[in-house]
Amino acid sequence: MSTDLGMPVTGTSGVPAVADGVTQTKKDFTSDQEVRWCPGCGDYAVLAATQSFLPDLGLRRENIVFISGIGCSSRFPYYLDTYGMHSIHGRAPAIATGLATAREDLSVWVVTGDGDALSIGGNHLIHAMRRNVNLTILLFNNKIYGLTKGQYSPTSDVGAVTKSTPAGSVDHPFNPVSLALGSEATFVARTMDSDRKHLTEVLRAAADHRGTSLVEIYQNCPIFNDGAFQLLKDRDEATGRVAHLRAGEPVRIGAEGSDEAKVVARDADGRLQVVPEHEVPDGHTVVVHDPSDPDPTPAFALSRLDDPSMQTVPMGIFRQVDRPTYDDSVREQVAAATAGSRRTDASLDILLRGRDTWTVDGTRPGQVEQTLDGETTEGPTPAAGDALVDEGDEVLEGPQE
Amino acid sequence: MSSTPLHQLERVVIRFAGDSGDGMQLTGDRFTSDTAALGNDLSTLPNFPAEIRAPQGTLPGVSSFQVHFADHEIATPGDAPDVLVAMNPAALKANLPDLPRGATVIANSDEFTKRNLAKVGYAGSPLEDDSLADAGYHVHALPLTSMTVEALAEFDSLTRKEKERAKNMLALGLLSWLYSRDTESTEAFLRAKFSGAPEILDANLTALRTGHAYGETTEDFAVRYQVAPAPMAPGTYRTITGNQALALGLVAAAYRTGLPLVLGSYPITPASDVLHQLSALKAHGVTTLQAEDEIAAVGMALGASFGGSLGVTTTSGPGLALKSETIGLAVATELPLLVIDIQRGGPSTGLPTKTEQADLLQALHGRNGESPVAVVAAASPTDCFDAALEATRIATTYRTPVILLSDGYLGNGSEPWQIPGAAGLPDLTVTHTTEPNATDDDGQPVFHPYLRDPETLARPWAVPGTPGLEHRIGGIEKADVTGNISYDPANHDRMVRLRQRKIEAIADSIPPLDVDDPSGQARVLVLGWGSTYGPIAAATRLVRATGAKVARAHLRHLNPLPADLGDVLRRYDRVVLPEMNLGQLALLLRGRYLVDVRSHTAVRGLPFTAGELAQVIHENLMEVRSEEVSA
Repeated sequence: MSTDLGMPVTGTSGVPAVADGVTQTKKDFTSDQEVRWCPGCGDYAVLAATQSFLPDLGLRRENIVFISGIGCSSRFPYYLDTYGMHSIHGRAPAIATGLATAREDLSVWVVTGDGDALSIGGNHLIHAMRRNVNLTILLFNNKIYGLTKGQYSPTSDVGAVTKSTPAGSVDHPFNPVSLALGSEATFVARTMDSDRKHLTEVLRAAADHRGTSLVEIYQNCPIFNDGAFQLLKDRDEATGRVAHLRAGEPVRIGAEGSDEAKVVARDADGRLQVVPEHEVPDGHTVVVHDPSDPDPTPAFALSRLDDPSMQTVPMGIFRQVDRPTYDDSVREQVAAATAGSRRTDASLDILLRGRDTWTVDGTRPGQVEQTLDGETTEGPTPAAGDALVDEGDEVLEGPQE
Repeated sequence: MSSTPLHQLERVVIRFAGDSGDGMQLTGDRFTSDTAALGNDLSTLPNFPAEIRAPQGTLPGVSSFQVHFADHEIATPGDAPDVLVAMNPAALKANLPDLPRGATVIANSDEFTKRNLAKVGYAGSPLEDDSLADAGYHVHALPLTSMTVEALAEFDSLTRKEKERAKNMLALGLLSWLYSRDTESTEAFLRAKFSGAPEILDANLTALRTGHAYGETTEDFAVRYQVAPAPMAPGTYRTITGNQALALGLVAAAYRTGLPLVLGSYPITPASDVLHQLSALKAHGVTTLQAEDEIAAVGMALGASFGGSLGVTTTSGPGLALKSETIGLAVATELPLLVIDIQRGGPSTGLPTKTEQADLLQALHGRNGESPVAVVAAASPTDCFDAALEATRIATTYRTPVILLSDGYLGNGSEPWQIPGAAGLPDLTVTHTTEPNATDDDGQPVFHPYLRDPETLARPWAVPGTPGLEHRIGGIEKADVTGNISYDPANHDRMVRLRQRKIEAIADSIPPLDVDDPSGQARVLVLGWGSTYGPIAAATRLVRATGAKVARAHLRHLNPLPADLGDVLRRYDRVVLPEMNLGQLALLLRGRYLVDVRSHTAVRGLPFTAGELAQVIHENLMEVRSEEVSA
């Protein structure tokens, strides 16, 4: 990351802002394409929230890029009047990594689903998070394959009866937040399609974060998995189940001060328990949420409160820490090596010549004059190995794969 | 100076062979460098096992490096060694079958112990019976290891084992004396390499000089040899491997296009070297990303291309298979993308360190749907440089993925390269689209991402960050012109044909096939593509030396093929096509041109020998002649 101490470095640092006095609206971010999701699909709500929220970033919309994979949610880029690529199944994080690294001046977003990100694209997802590429990843989790019409996904519950699991799924599901934390993602959050305010807050924080921001969005599929999150959408049910993650506050379920309010506390064995706020048992310590904790284990413990029964579901930002980003680091290495020099015919000539040349004199055929150039021109080294009495000679001896 | 008589030779083939840990690749490489400095033409063939260190002293652990040098232009690393340097019994046994009568064997007798002999199934030492002499070999059994240890007796800080490791330098010194080579460039190399380790530097220099001095004083060698410099075009030269030339070609392409170079790559033999080379060239604005897998590697390259860079991915056959779907996405999104396949033996893991040309059909057709891409092939190690520039020209001009086929033989083989001047390289300047290219019904300017250039059929390359040209691309079928999603049957038919025609249109920019037919009267044409260039050139030379007439042509472009190829093929009574596969190009040419192409194939993991191909040509000449007589 930049060592400039003057300005805070955010996720959108380096991305051109709109000119002073120019205001953008939702309309500016709405493309002319007809939206073709099923009636009642949670994707509509996320799209509307995104279109409304993007103008607030104050970025030039030509510098915003949405890259998606395959699945219902991956149609997202077509509906935003920014640059976009609807790529192939699971590969969006890899494509976005190349783009974000090559172009510091872009705000790069990935739109993906539970099948796209966690099944076919699982490898790219974990490596993007491990590297901490400056991307904002919106992971729409509806616990089902929608576009292929209703097979179980890597987040479907054990026992889920779907088209491909008539006797119930026997696959143990991923918890996307736990997976992201295990991959050492620097920003991990969970929100809900129908909670526009919370969704917008989380998206804003994710966009501000420099590094990979993984946002799991619980999203209802009305056709193949309707009501999967109904317990969290029903106001009465949700009150007793949603654990709000707010920095510096106890992790609380229910309204503060209410009789029903519960908090997450650590028992004497270090395990997290949900206890009534007004009578925290002896030996228990109320957990005060700190997303900036360098140690990811408290956030991971919180992520494990969630289970298919949805008894307690943490929502909000689990983790938000600073770590140098991959793309910044790659660009810094290149910038340090080029040291501001421009590419010229002269610099290419030096490269092509290398270190070890000889000259054939046209007037005396066969006459050669050798030049041994000991310059430190960074050129390909000879195809020879290390060598000799050193360990490990012969780099030519390639590994098998 | 030594009084040993000096014999002039026109050409020599030396093969250095030893255990994987004996440093044979390095020894060969240094001998090559000294040979280049002397002005000989040369060609090399490294041959090594896939295992990093197979069990010591075993046949699977044998690593070798063959160098062919001459006082005239040569095209191959040589069919068979004139000299075999065998550092242990395994190296002798593994390479003996390739050794013709009359060849010289220089063996490290110290390693011919009972135990080492037993490891490779020798009952007794072949150095001590008459078997080698009976087979017509001249044998020099020398205790190279103990000579090295003795020479380094005063190097107290080095262990005996460390001293022994310098035996390859002693062997190099001896061979340098035997072939009248200067060791100056090797000494300079050692000084640069061990500038921080004076003791190790001195040990290596001592071993090298001891080997040279041994030649001077011993009476073991009755003659020493000299190979005069080869006439070469005036200019500045260096020796270069195909993978080095490829890396430089890619950087040169980035310079000439004005685009940043972004390489996405995943380690794979024999392509990893290109990743290593390019990752050391950051000073030239090169970005290299080592991806989590082959699919991510090409994805990163495509993402960079979408952003306006020159996106490149390097791999070998198994990696190309994994990249297929993303290459298809690049076909659909019509973005420039360079995919470089350094082919190796297949199928599956196959022969990672051996060469083959069996990915041609995969490159051409290994994707779902009608998914045409341009395919070019490099013909020689130095040609990898030019092939990279040509692949870039096609990719950026036509907005298409281009697959560049090299192979293990080209990638690791080396030869002298006349260094081109940067200013004389083709101008490949790329200009990204920055303005709307149409007007809507209201007369307002709009941007249509799939509105094509009428000549090249390329669509505009408008990159993110360009105001007013915001657009979405993707793998789902696009409506002609607007690029909106379209499931319209007629549109799909049109788009499939447009993508095909775009690739075919590249042929308009390809020069006519260069046919080498000096008399103009040959009846047999030998056609090749890729790394068979050298063996075919050498074979035709052999055949012509007998007075026979044979024509030769070599394909740089595999898709599209040169427009005049059909006419050329039909001009000859017979077309012979050697390939290191089971006849993949022959299949295509027979299908496309209805010409009865005669396929000659071998998949041994090694390049063809000139002698083998000369025999094939000869047989075809005879057949054509007898057909004429019987007709």
